Amino acid sequence: MNYIPHTESEIKEMLKVIGVASVEDLFKHIPGELRPKSFNIPEGKSEFEVVEYLKLLSRKNATSLVDFVGGGFYDHYIPSAVDALACRSEFYTAYTPYQPECSQGWLQAIYEYQTVICELTGLDVSNASLYDGGTALYEAAMMAVRLTGRKKIIVDSGVSLIYRTMLYSYTSNLSIEFVETPVVHGQSCREDIYKHLDDHTAAVIVQNPNFFGAVDDFSDIVERVHKSGALAIASVYPVSLGLLKSPGEMGVDIATGEGQSLGIPLSFGGPYLGFIAVKKEHMRQLPGRIVGVTVDKDNKRGFVLTLQAREQHIRRERATSNICSNEALCALRALIYTSLLGKSGFQELARLNYQKAEFAKTTLDKVSGVKVKRSAPTFNEFTICLPKNADEVVYRMINKGFACGFPLGRFYKGLDNYLLVAVTEKRTKEEIVQFANSLEAALCN
Amino acid sequence: MTVADNLLYTKDHEWAKIDGDKATMGITDFAQHSLGDITFIDLPKPGAKVKQSEWCATVESVKAASDIYAPLSGEVLKANTQLTDHPELVNKSAYEAGWFAVIKIADLGEKNKLMNSTQYKEYIQGLSK
Repeated sequence: MNYIPHTESEIKEMLKVIGVASVEDLFKHIPGELRPKSFNIPEGKSEFEVVEYLKLLSRKNATSLVDFVGGGFYDHYIPSAVDALACRSEFYTAYTPYQPECSQGWLQAIYEYQTVICELTGLDVSNASLYDGGTALYEAAMMAVRLTGRKKIIVDSGVSLIYRTMLYSYTSNLSIEFVETPVVHGQSCREDIYKHLDDHTAAVIVQNPNFFGAVDDFSDIVERVHKSGALAIASVYPVSLGLLKSPGEMGVDIATGEGQSLGIPLSFGGPYLGFIAVKKEHMRQLPGRIVGVTVDKDNKRGFVLTLQAREQHIRRERATSNICSNEALCALRALIYTSLLGKSGFQELARLNYQKAEFAKTTLDKVSGVKVKRSAPTFNEFTICLPKNADEVVYRMINKGFACGFPLGRFYKGLDNYLLVAVTEKRTKEEIVQFANSLEAALCN
Repeated sequence: MTVADNLLYTKDHEWAKIDGDKATMGITDFAQHSLGDITFIDLPKPGAKVKQSEWCATVESVKAASDIYAPLSGEVLKANTQLTDHPELVNKSAYEAGWFAVIKIADLGEKNKLMNSTQYKEYIQGLSK
C-alpha cells in the first residue's frame, strides 16, 4: 500500500461533486468550541525552537531506570528485526485493509498470527486480534453471555483490576451481574467460586498467572464450571505459555490476554494488542475479523476474511461485536517476534524468565525485613512483603535508579506494604544483586 | 419450486405446520432456492419466547446472512439440531428434514395472518414477475 497523494485538481473535483466549497467545510458540523484551537505551544516559534522545547519536556521522563515493574505489561527485549520488518511501507497500517483480499500478504500475516495464538493457547480458533487485553476479556465475557443465555459472571479477584474495571464499565448498561471471589494464599478460592456457581452463571473468569504472580492449574475449576453449563474464561500472559500448562490443556473455553510482551514496546496506554482464542464449537460467537485459507479456481492457495456473517457490516445490531477491524500492526509485530524466536526459542525465553525470577526471590529473601511470599508457585513475577509502605519504597528506589515494582496497595485494600516484582530475561544477575542491595539500603533509613 | 399443500405461509417465506397447540416451522423451498447453498443456521433456542413476524433465527448461505422471522408467537420447545452439522438438509428438504423448530403456540388466532398454500403460490408468482 503506497502513499499516493491527491492533486489539487482532484481535490477540487471531489469537492465539486459533493457540493462543498473547501476541505475545511467538511468539518463545519463540529461546533467551534469542540474543535482544537492550538496545541498549547507558544505562538510564533520556529520548528527548531519547538523541537528543543519538546526535547526538554521529554527529559523529565525517567527512561534509564532498571525495570522490575510488571502488573500485566513487561519489559522484554525486542529484536531489531521486528521494527525493520513491521515498519515496511507495505505493512504500515493499524487496520485490516479495507479491500482485504487485494492484500494477500497482509492476510497471510494475520492468518499466521492467528496460528501462533492458537498454538500458544492450545485452542482451535483465534481472531485477527482486538485492542488490548482488557477489551479481549470483555469480548470473552459477552461471548459467554450470548452462548449461555445467562447473565451472571464470577470473576476471580486475582484478575487485574484494570481488566475488571473495563469489564464493569463496558457492561454498565447491560444488566450483567458480576460476583468477585477472593484470592486466598495467592490463589483462586475454589470454595467461594463453587458457592456462587449456579444455573444462572454464564462464565467464571480467572487469570494465569494471577495479579499476584501466582501460577495455577485451573483444570478442577473448569470441570465444575462445565458441569453447571457455564464457560471457563482465562486471561493469560503469553510469554508464560512457553512453560506453563496452556488454557486448552486445562479445558478452558475462551483464552484472552495482553500481547504487549510479544514484541511491542511499553508505552503509556498502548497501542497494545488483545488476543482471543476459543474452542471450535464457540467460533460463531467470536467477535472481530477472522482470516481463513482457501483455494481459488486454479487450486492455488489464497487468504480471505471468513465467517463475516458474524460481523457488523452484515449482521447489523445482532453482530457479535461492534469491532470490524483489528490491531493489525501490533499483531504483525507479535507474529514477527514469535517467528524469530521459534518454538524452542520461545520455551527458552519462558525458562529464562522463570529462572531469573527464582534467583531474584532467593536474593531478595536475604534482604533483612523483606519476606518473599511463597504460598504458590510463580512464573516471572512475585509478591514481597516490606517492613514499610511500598509506595514510599518505590520513590526511594527511583532515586537509586530502579523502577522496583508495583505497590499492591494501589489495587488491593490492606496490602500497603506489599510490592509486586517482575523479572524478565533482560534483567542481569548483577542488576538483581544490585537491586537487592539498594532495597536493603532503602529500607534502612 | 414446490409449495406444500398442508402448511401455512408468511410473506417472508417461512412455513408453519399446526398440530394442536404446537407448530413446526421452517423456511420454504422458494426461500432456500433464493439463498443458495446454506452453510450455517443459528437456530431458535429451546425455552426462548418468540413473537410473530419477529426475528427467531439466522441463516447463512454462500450469498448472504438472512434473518428468519417466527410465523407464530410462542415458546420454542425444540430445535432441529441435525441442522447444526447438516445445514444442507434445508436445501434438500425444506418442508420435511429441514424443519427449524417446534413452537408452543401462544395465540392460535395469529394463524389468520398467514397464507394458505394457494395464496402463497400466487404470492411467489407475483414476486417472480
